[in-house]
Amino acid sequence: MSIVTLPAPRTRPWVGPVVVSVGVLLVAAVASLVLGPAGVNPWRAIVEMLDHIPFLSVDSGLTTQEAAIVWQIRAPRLVLAGLVGATLAGSGAAYQGVFRNPLADPYLLGVAAGAGLGATIAIVSGFPTSTIPPLAFSGAVLAVVAAYGLASLGGSRRSGATLILSGVAVAAFFTALQTYLQQQHADTIRQVFSWILGRLGTTGWGDVRTLLPYALVSWLVLFAYRRHLDVMAVGEEEASTLGIEPARVRLVVVAGATLGAAAAVAVSGLIAFVGIIVPHIVRLATGPSYRTLLPVSLIGGSAFLMVADLVARTVQSGGELPIGVVTAFVGAPFFAFILATRREVAA
Amino acid sequence: MTGVTCRGVTARYNGTPVLSGVDLVVEPGEWVVVVGPNGAGKTTLLRALAGVIPAGGEITLGDTALADLRRREIAARVAVVPQTPVVPEGVTVFDYVMLGRTPYIPYWGMEGAADRARVSAVLERLDLGSFAARPVSSLSGGERQRAVLARALAQDASILLLDEPTTALDLGHQQQVLELVDGLRRESQLVVISTLHDLTFAAQFGDRVVLLADGIVVAEGPPDRVLQADMVSRYFGATVDVVEGPDGPYIVPVRKNRP
Repeated sequence: MSIVTLPAPRTRPWVGPVVVSVGVLLVAAVASLVLGPAGVNPWRAIVEMLDHIPFLSVDSGLTTQEAAIVWQIRAPRLVLAGLVGATLAGSGAAYQGVFRNPLADPYLLGVAAGAGLGATIAIVSGFPTSTIPPLAFSGAVLAVVAAYGLASLGGSRRSGATLILSGVAVAAFFTALQTYLQQQHADTIRQVFSWILGRLGTTGWGDVRTLLPYALVSWLVLFAYRRHLDVMAVGEEEASTLGIEPARVRLVVVAGATLGAAAAVAVSGLIAFVGIIVPHIVRLATGPSYRTLLPVSLIGGSAFLMVADLVARTVQSGGELPIGVVTAFVGAPFFAFILATRREVAA
Repeated sequence: MTGVTCRGVTARYNGTPVLSGVDLVVEPGEWVVVVGPNGAGKTTLLRALAGVIPAGGEITLGDTALADLRRREIAARVAVVPQTPVVPEGVTVFDYVMLGRTPYIPYWGMEGAADRARVSAVLERLDLGSFAARPVSSLSGGERQRAVLARALAQDASILLLDEPTTALDLGHQQQVLELVDGLRRESQLVVISTLHDLTFAAQFGDRVVLLADGIVVAEGPPDRVLQADMVSRYFGATVDVVEGPDGPYIVPVRKNRP
């Protein structure tokens, strides 16, 4: 059989989406640094950021107070939004691929319910607020482990559908426990709700340092498995005849996605919708291959949440909107618009 | 070159035996067609040979027991064309056929120039070159079946399992696909094991026919010996005439009760 080279059969569908999402990310980043009650010169804010790069020393000309606002308040919040957004979007994309289900999101297997229960336990027990993230993280991981355990009771050849249903059962159970605890401690309801609606901390770089290692591991695992997710698209049995082990791929991808989503939820609460709409918007632009979809979703998720957070803290004078409200309020119509204008691809 | 040997192969579905003691030897370059009524265990036999369901007995690919091979190793030896392939929305023909290279791409790696060249060559061989950038889901039935076949060929496996490869194709495309498979197995000395509902095609393309009923091989041999009117009547409950033709028997349905 002769080797014939076809004229460029593979285009580069990623260039446009990468340029657009990186552009949005940079604009959102600069806007986040300069917008707020205390106005800061954009150029000086950028120079102030550069000054914090190791071995680089430049004078931004900002006052000490302005420099503190940029570096101690706005920058960590901006980076946190980027990390959380990327992690939720990447996990959502991975869950959609591994379960071949467009409605899958990072909370599919009980991450939200588990984290909600963990956080509620911390709040109603009067533990210090520093215990909320570890308890939320533990609850999230516990819920997914429970869903996996429940699914495997039926036999070793558990399918993705069984796992989703187990996740539904576990989530319902954990949510019931959380609701019960909440009702028993009505005085803390406001605090619990404020956590559930999601917020990005303003406590300096602490949350960023907490989330960063988990986010990096999660991104690396999902990035490494992006080709396997493409193979999984033909279904478990066909994927298996092509030489991959679907159960193993599912376990690793779910573990990676859960690690990231649980850590993101632990520091930021339940931010809705990012994990569903970002991968779908990216998919419309890049096509279905996870080789492009996954990395662009990470960048796009980052940009999306930076914009959402900017809206959350600037749109209403004198107070902040919960970011979870903004992601859904901005995200849902935007998503509907994309679907309506790109119907032929979305079908 | 790798042949296939089955000795006493059994399989169960929810505790019920679906295959009972199937013996089968297929040599390189040989096309064996498995026929039988619905529920006879034809698809189960192919799935057992592909190693995607647990099976008892002994299945050997060349000199190696199937049970001793890892998934990637099986996929480099056995390629499957499923009866109803899942075609992901939006995937291009090139990317779809590239899935066949999975057993050769390092676990953490991406496909290389050699894989792309192999896919291009397979696409040219199956006259799909001009479709490379089109979504598989936009192809017609016949073109789509060729794309699935191309994916199987890209696996460079010496054993090709085809489960009803002509389902949903019109008569002309059925013939084209079967002729294509016949040409490929001759040029590459492939083992071909397929199921086929159409008994005339089974007789025309199979070197041998295996008649499976209730999970048991009830007859095996050259098409004209297995596909006799009384056998078809007994195992399929069908009334047929068997007409001798130059390229094997033609099995023609005859209407039982004409009003």
